[in-house]
Amino acid sequence: MSRKLPEIPSASLADIAFMLLIFFLVTTTMDVDSGLERRLPQMPPEQEEPDDTPPIKERNVFAVLVNTNNQLMVEGEPMRVDDLREKAKEFLENPANDENLPEKKVEYVEFFGEIEIPKQPVISLRNDLGTQYGVYLRVQNELVAAINELRDKFAKKQFGKPYSSLEKAEQNAIRKIVPMKISEAEPKNVGGK
Amino acid sequence: MSKFRKEDSKELPPISTASLPDIVFMILFFFMVSTTMREQELLVKVTVPQATELTKLEKKSLVSYIYIGTPQRQYQAKMGSASRIQLNDKFATVDDIPVFITAEREARDEAERPFMITSLKVDEFTEMGIVQDVKQELRKMAALHINYSARKVVERE
Repeated sequence: MSRKLPEIPSASLADIAFMLLIFFLVTTTMDVDSGLERRLPQMPPEQEEPDDTPPIKERNVFAVLVNTNNQLMVEGEPMRVDDLREKAKEFLENPANDENLPEKKVEYVEFFGEIEIPKQPVISLRNDLGTQYGVYLRVQNELVAAINELRDKFAKKQFGKPYSSLEKAEQNAIRKIVPMKISEAEPKNVGGK
Repeated sequence: MSKFRKEDSKELPPISTASLPDIVFMILFFFMVSTTMREQELLVKVTVPQATELTKLEKKSLVSYIYIGTPQRQYQAKMGSASRIQLNDKFATVDDIPVFITAEREARDEAERPFMITSLKVDEFTEMGIVQDVKQELRKMAALHINYSARKVVERE
C-alpha cells in the first residue's frame, strides 16, 4: 500500500456543476400566471335602504347580454363578439354627440383642462346561467380591450406615450375621461337547464 | 532594472480552484431547493380561455386559487362528469368557499390581507352558473379582487 494512488483530476468538476446549474436555471423558468383582472362589486347591505340614486338614463347604459346559446345582444340588437370592441369604444367616446350615446358634461381634468367627458357611462353585462365561461370571458376581454384602447388613444394624443408608461397622476386623469365601469347584473336562468 | 525583473520572473502561485466546485454546488443546491414548485395536483380538467388584455399575477404569495372544471377521468366514476370546484387538493362545493377564504386570509400577514387576489382558473366550457355561485360567495366574503385566469391568444392563421 505504499504506492500512492494517482489523484483523480477534479478540474472538470466545476464544469460539470456549472452545466447542471445552467440546466436548472433554464428549466425552472416558471410560467407566469396571467389573467383578466376584475373587481367584484361590494355586496349590498342586508336591509333595504331607500334608493335615492336617480335611475340611470337609457342612453348612458351599454347593455350587453349573452344568452344560454352564447349569442350576444348589444343595445337590443344581435351582434358578433368581433364587433363588440368597436361598438363599445363608440359608446364610451361618443365622438359625434349622438343622442343615443351617453350624455356629456364639461369638466376640468388635470393635464387636459376643460374638456367634454361622458357623464356616467355604464357598461352593463348580463349573462345566463347556461352561458359558456369561455364566451363570457371573451366578452369581458373585448370590453376591457375597448377601454384600454381608448385610454391608450387619449394617452398618445396628450402625452405621446402609451397609458401603461404614464405617471400615476396622468393615469388618473385619463381614468376620469375613460372610466372603467362594467357592472354585472345578477344572471337570470332563462335558458332553463 | 534588474531588481524589477527579478520580481517579475518570480511565478505567482496559481489560485487554487479546488473550492470552485463546492461553491458552484452550493449555488446549484440553492436553486434546486428554492425552485421546487408547489404544483397542485389538478383533480379537475382546466383549460383556461384565451384573452388579450392580460395582467400578470406578480406576487404569488398573495394569490389563492380556485379551480373549476370537469373532474379528471379517474375521478369521474366517483364525482360524475359535471363541473366541480377544487380547493387546495380536494373537491369542494360552493359552501366550502367561505372556509377556504378565511383560511387563506389567516395564512397571510395582517398587512398583506387587503391585497389578496383570488385567481379563478375556470375551464372554457364550464357553464356560468357555477362560476356565478362562486363569485357570489366571494362577494359575501368581501374577497373582491379577482383574476380570471387566461392565456395569451395564439394566432391561428
